[in-house]
Parts: sequence; C-alpha cells; structure tokens
Amino acid sequence: MSFTFVLGALIILTVAGFYMGRSRSLADAGGTAQRLHSRPHYYGYFVALWCGIPTLLILGVWTMFQTPIIEMLVQNSLPETMLNGDPAEMSLIMNDIRNLASGNITSGEITPQIQAAADHYVSLNTTSSLAKFVVILAIGIAAIAFARSKINPALRARNQVEKTMMAILIVCSVIAILTTVGIVMSLVFESWRFFEKVSPAEFLFGLEWSPQTALRSDQVGASGAFGAIPLFAGTMLISLVAMCVAGPVGLLSAIYMAEYAPTKVRGAVKPALEVLAGIPTVVYGFFAALTVAPFLRDQGTMFGLDISSESALAAGLVMGIMIIPFVSSLSDDVINAVPQSLREGSLGLGATKSETIKRVILPAALPGIVGSFMLAISRAIGETMIVVMAAGLGANLTANPLEAVTTVTVQIVTLLVGDQEFDSAKTLAAFALGLVLFCVTLCLNIIAMAVVNKYREQYD
Amino acid sequence: MTDAVMTEMQSSNQTRRERAANASEAVRRGLKKRYAAEARFRAYGIGAVGIALACIVVLFTTIISSGLPAFTETTITLNVELKQEDIDPEGTRDASTLINANYRKLVFDTLRAEFPDVTKRRDKRALTAILSSGAAYQVQQAVVEDPSLIGQTVTFELPVSADFDLYEKGVINKKTAEADRRVSDQQMAWFDTLEERGLIETGFNTTFFTHADSREPELAGILGATMGSLFTMLVTLALSFPIGVCAAVYLEEFAPKNRLTQIIEVNINNLAAVPSIVFGLLGLAVFINFFGLPRSAPLVGGMVLALMTLPTIIIASRAALKAVPPSIREAALGLGASRMQVVTHHVLPLAMPGILTGTIIGMAQALGETAPLLMIGMVAFIVDIPGGITDPATVLPVQVYLWADSPERAFVARTSAAIMILLTFLIFMNALAVVLRKKFERRW
Repeated sequence: MSFTFVLGALIILTVAGFYMGRSRSLADAGGTAQRLHSRPHYYGYFVALWCGIPTLLILGVWTMFQTPIIEMLVQNSLPETMLNGDPAEMSLIMNDIRNLASGNITSGEITPQIQAAADHYVSLNTTSSLAKFVVILAIGIAAIAFARSKINPALRARNQVEKTMMAILIVCSVIAILTTVGIVMSLVFESWRFFEKVSPAEFLFGLEWSPQTALRSDQVGASGAFGAIPLFAGTMLISLVAMCVAGPVGLLSAIYMAEYAPTKVRGAVKPALEVLAGIPTVVYGFFAALTVAPFLRDQGTMFGLDISSESALAAGLVMGIMIIPFVSSLSDDVINAVPQSLREGSLGLGATKSETIKRVILPAALPGIVGSFMLAISRAIGETMIVVMAAGLGANLTANPLEAVTTVTVQIVTLLVGDQEFDSAKTLAAFALGLVLFCVTLCLNIIAMAVVNKYREQYD
Repeated sequence: MTDAVMTEMQSSNQTRRERAANASEAVRRGLKKRYAAEARFRAYGIGAVGIALACIVVLFTTIISSGLPAFTETTITLNVELKQEDIDPEGTRDASTLINANYRKLVFDTLRAEFPDVTKRRDKRALTAILSSGAAYQVQQAVVEDPSLIGQTVTFELPVSADFDLYEKGVINKKTAEADRRVSDQQMAWFDTLEERGLIETGFNTTFFTHADSREPELAGILGATMGSLFTMLVTLALSFPIGVCAAVYLEEFAPKNRLTQIIEVNINNLAAVPSIVFGLLGLAVFINFFGLPRSAPLVGGMVLALMTLPTIIIASRAALKAVPPSIREAALGLGASRMQVVTHHVLPLAMPGILTGTIIGMAQALGETAPLLMIGMVAFIVDIPGGITDPATVLPVQVYLWADSPERAFVARTSAAIMILLTFLIFMNALAVVLRKKFERRW
C-alpha cells in the first residue's frame, strides 16, 4: 500500500463523505433546503471534515514515524552477538539490512542473521503499510458514520465548518513561526554538539581552518582545526568586492532612473534590471567560473599579475552583478519617497539637478540607502552557488582579492555534500557555520528593515 | 543737494553696478563648471545603467553562443550486419541471450570494415574510439525490441563520441598541437574520410532531450533533471500554495492585532531574507535526520523549497487581499454573509490573479534554487528518469552545477544548453505572471 494509494483512497472517501452528508441533510429536511439551519453543502463539508482531518493527520504521523520505529524494532531484534555497542558498525549493519530489503547491493557478504533481519524488516514494512491502510480506512468510515448520525436540520453546520476552517487558517500561519523555530532549533542543537567537541572561542577566533579529521589518531593533522576566522575574512572580502561593483552601479542607476530617465526609458530599463535578479545563481556561478575567471587570469598575465583562477575578484565581480538589482530597486524606492517639496525648494534656490541630488535628496534618503546596502550585503554573505563554483576551497587568510579564498557557505556545502557521519566534528561544523550565517544575516536584516521603516515613517 | 553728495551717490551706484557685474561674472564662470558637473553626473548615471545592461547582454550572449552547439549532434551511419551466429547462435531468441550478445564487437567490426588497411591493434582501438560507448547499446536495444532484425543488414545512425562531435563542430581543430588535444591527426584523417564517404551527419540533438544524465557527454540529457524539477515543483506547489494563501487570509482578514500576529508578521519578513542554504540545513536536520525521509528525493526537496517560497507567497497574497476595496466586504456583510463567506465568495476570487502572480514568481524562484538541494543530497549522479516523488532525482539547476563541475570539455556546451532550457522555463513563468497581472489587474 503505497502512500499515494492510501492518499487517493482517502480523498475518494472524503469526497464520498461530502455527498453523503449533503444528501442526508436534504433527506432529513424532507427535500427542502429551507428547513435546514445551513445550506446543504455545509452538511457535506461537515462530514468531509470529520472524515478528512483525523485520517490525514494519522496518515502523516504514521508515515513520518514508520521508518524510525521499524528500524528500532529491527535493531532490537538483532541477535546479541552482533550488538557490540559500536554505533558506527551498527549503522553499517542497518544500511546493509535496508539495502537488502529494497533489493540493492549490500556492502559485505550476507550473513543469515542479516538476511533474517532484512526479511523481518520487509515483513514489518508490509504489515505496517497494510495496517495503515486498514486503520485509516476504518477510522474514516467510522467518522463518516458518526458525523452523518449527528446531522439534523437544527445542526449549525455552517458555524462548525467555519470554526474548523478558521483553525486551519491559524495553523497555516503558525507554520511560518514553526519554520523559524525549526531552523533555530536544528542549528542550535547541532551546533551545541559541535561546541562540545570544539570550544566556541577556538571556533570564533581561531586562525586555522582544516576540517579534515583523520580516521586514525596517528595520522597527520588528525585533530583538524576549526578556526573560522579565515572563512569570515574570505566571506567579507568577496562581499566587499561585490559591494564595490553593486554599490556604485546600483546607486547611480537608481538615481538616474528616479531623477533623470524619461518615463519610456524607465519603463524599459527597470524590468531589464529585474531580469538580473531573476537569473538563477547557478547560472552566475557558471558564468563566473567559465567566463570571468579565465578572462581575469588572462588579463592578469598580460599585466604581469598572478591572478588565481579561483580568485575572490571573479566571484565578487559576478556576485556584484547579481546584487545590482537589489541595490537599485530598493534605492529607487527610497529616492522616490523623498518628498517633492524638498526637490522643488532646492531647484527654486537655483541649484542644478545634480546639486539637488547630491546635497538634498541623497542626505534625505541616506538612511534608506544604507538600509538597502545592508540588505544587499546580507544577500552577498548568504549567497552560495556563485562562490561554490567560482571561489576556492582552501582557507586562506588574506586581503588580496587576486588570491583564492573560501567562504562560510562554500565550507557548509563542501562539508555536507557527499558522505556524512553525524557525530564527527567535521559535519557538525557545518551547522555551527550555518548558525553564524543565520545570526549575522538576521541581524543585518533586522537593522536594515528598522532603518528603512523608521525613515519611511518620517515622511509619510 | 550739493554736488559733492551727488557725485558720491553716483560713484556708489557705479561700484554697486560694478560689483553686480563682477558677481554675475563669477556666477557665469561658476555656472559653466556647475553645468559640466551636471552633465558629468548624468553621464555617470547613464554609465551605470549601461554597465548593468551590458552585463545582461554579455551574460546572455556567452551562454547562448556556448550552448547552441549542444543542440546538434554528430552521428555516423553504419550498415551493421546482424548475423545470427554473432547474436543468437542457438536461435532461441531468449531475452537474456539477446541482451548479452557482444554488440560492441559487431559495431566495431562494421566500422573497421570501412578501413581494411588498419591492422595494428593500437590503430584499431584508436579507430573505434570514434564511436560512442552508447552505440552498441543502441543496436542492442533495436535487436531486443525487434528480434526479427537478426539475419538482416540494418542501417543505424549511431552517435560518435564527444571528442569527435567537438571536432566536427570545429571546437577541437588542428591548430592545437597534437599532444594537447584528445583527437590525434590519424583519427582526424579517418574521420575526414568517413565524412567524404557521406557517413557523418549532423542533426538535431534528440538525445539531449530524451535521456537522463550520463558520464558520456554525447549520451547525457536533461530529461531526468526536468522530470525531477517537475516533481519537486509539484510538491512545492501543493504545499506552499494552500498554506501560503491560508496564512495570508488569516493575517489579512481575521487576525486580531495582538502580540502573536505581530510576531508572525515580523517572522515572515525575516524568513524571506534568510539565506537559502539555511533552509537546506533545516531540511537535512529535520526532514532527513529526524524523520528519516529518503535522501535525494523530490519529496524532501519540494518540502524545503515550499518552506522557502512560503514567505514570498504570503507577502504577495497579502498585498493582493489588501488591494480588494473594503466596500466589497461591507456589501457582502450587509447582505448577511458570514465573514468566512465574505472571504471565500468575494474577496478571494477578486484577489486570485494577484495571488497567482505571486505564486508563479515564488515558483520561478524555487525552480532556479540550487543551494538547499545540495544539502539534502539531490546532487547524486542519477541515470534513471525519476518516476515519482520518492525516487532519487536531481533538478535542472543542480544538473547545471554537476555538469559545470565536470572536467569533460563537451559538457561546457551541454551546461549552457541546460541553462538555456532553465532560463526558457523561467522566462515563460515570468511572462505568464506578467500576462496574468496585465489581464486581470483591476483598478478600483
């Protein structure tokens, strides 16, 4: 019984419930809807909700916890001799059992115990799926019968349906909070485990980053080093390069669009700039790695400069291009929000347009522009694909944009893509980096939004 | 008045006039400078816009010019003699015999027959390198599908390997030193001979649209990634659209102005600005490690992207709901509708175009998103075309990332081509949003 099948059966049952409820209410009222408290379809919804909500909840919970519970059962059923308490070996065995059960290739030879466990796994899975189908169907039918029995012309079906809908609406809006809680919890929890192995001081202020922990303690660099300063520095360097591109270009084009451009030009150029914001970042990454970086390197050799092919400059330049629309559209809004009277006052005193802009409008719009820059910086810090494809992997503490540096996001990706073991400091470090990233961008955003909002209120 | 006073007044008038003339002279001189500054400033603005537009042009021309070659493929026409004794010596027509026959040798022999004078082992191997490793597979498929072909001589259009495809397109040419390229002079000569005999053809690259990923560039296609994207987007849409609209309706129409709703609002605004990779970390920690959902599956990818696009949809939907004038609500309430009926019967239908526009834009964002999917394992090398939301899959942008990382030169064109497909989808979606907005936009 696959998930889709059960879901389909459930939907059919719910729809059937709707029609049964509606016809029941009409029959009760002797065929005339006027005698009913609510219109007939509300009785249909009443039954459908009674049937749909509990069964869907059970289906969801059951499906989510099915695998972990079955795996626990299988693990407990393994003979004592195989359980030597080593979690790594345990997970290997479980992997074999899983692969065997789903017909994949296993890592080692298949012992009878593992074969038995796999059979057990398969049988538990089928039992669970079958039981799920039967239980859910039974509950659904029982719910329909119950709800149907409650129907009578005096039943305030509309009010009950509306109350339920309201509850659903509230649950949906709480999901936004749950997402934030989920993000914070998962980051904090995994980071906590990381900080049990590596002290926070070492992580935040250490100067050396080499997360490769060796398998054996006697290997070279066995301990790994988790000083994240080079990553922070690299992130800042690339963001700085990006802002050097996006800041002037974005701000100047915003000024031109808001103050100089004729309506026609504005109408054509604005959507064109928005195109830059709509291009997927992986495309920018490809562009940076295959066009910009080689171009810069060739130019560098012409001028006798040694530019690394994964230079911070290439990644930063392309990231700057990506950020231009953020800066320009936000600054454009802010500049447009400056009251016309300020402009007219300045022009009336004989100032030229550029003087008005430089001495009146920009100072008036400064807080908003700063806010838009901060939002753009937070974008740059959190941007992943461009740096993954165009920046380096080696942690390099340098301020020279011609060299390769690595960033926080690049390290998160490299640490988590591929094989993982969830108790090593190496994997957990990614979550600690994620926590730092989350906090920094959150602070930047909150400050930027507060600045922008406060400023907007001033002129409204 | 005395003369003395008169002269004094005259002289003071004169100095005043002089001073005024001096001042206007200074202003005029300054004016020139100020107008120059004005023109300069304006030019900076035009320059900035020009730079931004130039970036777009360069980006698009680079991608299109490097991607276009991937839409054609080079094939070699070979008359392969499907001899009974080579394929099915016992004549059983047993499926496993048909599958396991040595088609490679068959195809290679046919090619070698074109050059009977090539006898050395090394040369023979160099000669057969012209053929793609998928050529034998194509013959095998044809035979398995139609065993009656055995015993006949069948004409196949077989793919050549990627290096020769590039040679045909002129990417690899004789200008580079022989040691620096992957096609030797001898191989080029053979290939030219084949071309003279009219066996080499260039046609539309159907492989690219009908296959999933492959290690061989000439056999790699984007159908697998496209299907993966489709399934992922379905999950995203199924989750984020209803949840987003419900949340927006509650916050805009029903929510009392209290602490909780304020927190929710601030939260949504902040979520919209959280880096996408953090959502990937959430998906990894919660969906995969905690709930044990399958890795690399569109199900998990869709859930993560749904959480990511939720703020976009909620913000857009709220704006659309806000734009519906209160008079509509009051009229409906006045006729005795309940508040829920007002929303479902009147406000929502009127706000729907705006909500749909926001949803499409959110979906376009999700379609182009890569980073969170890397976290949940959708970067695997997957040769099968996914058939459901729990099958391992990859999506278009991740496919772009994978190919961009690949050292094979032939993948560069394919990466650009995949980007072109991705951008086509995005342009289509955005155009749809614009059309929706234009067509149903109402001014109250």
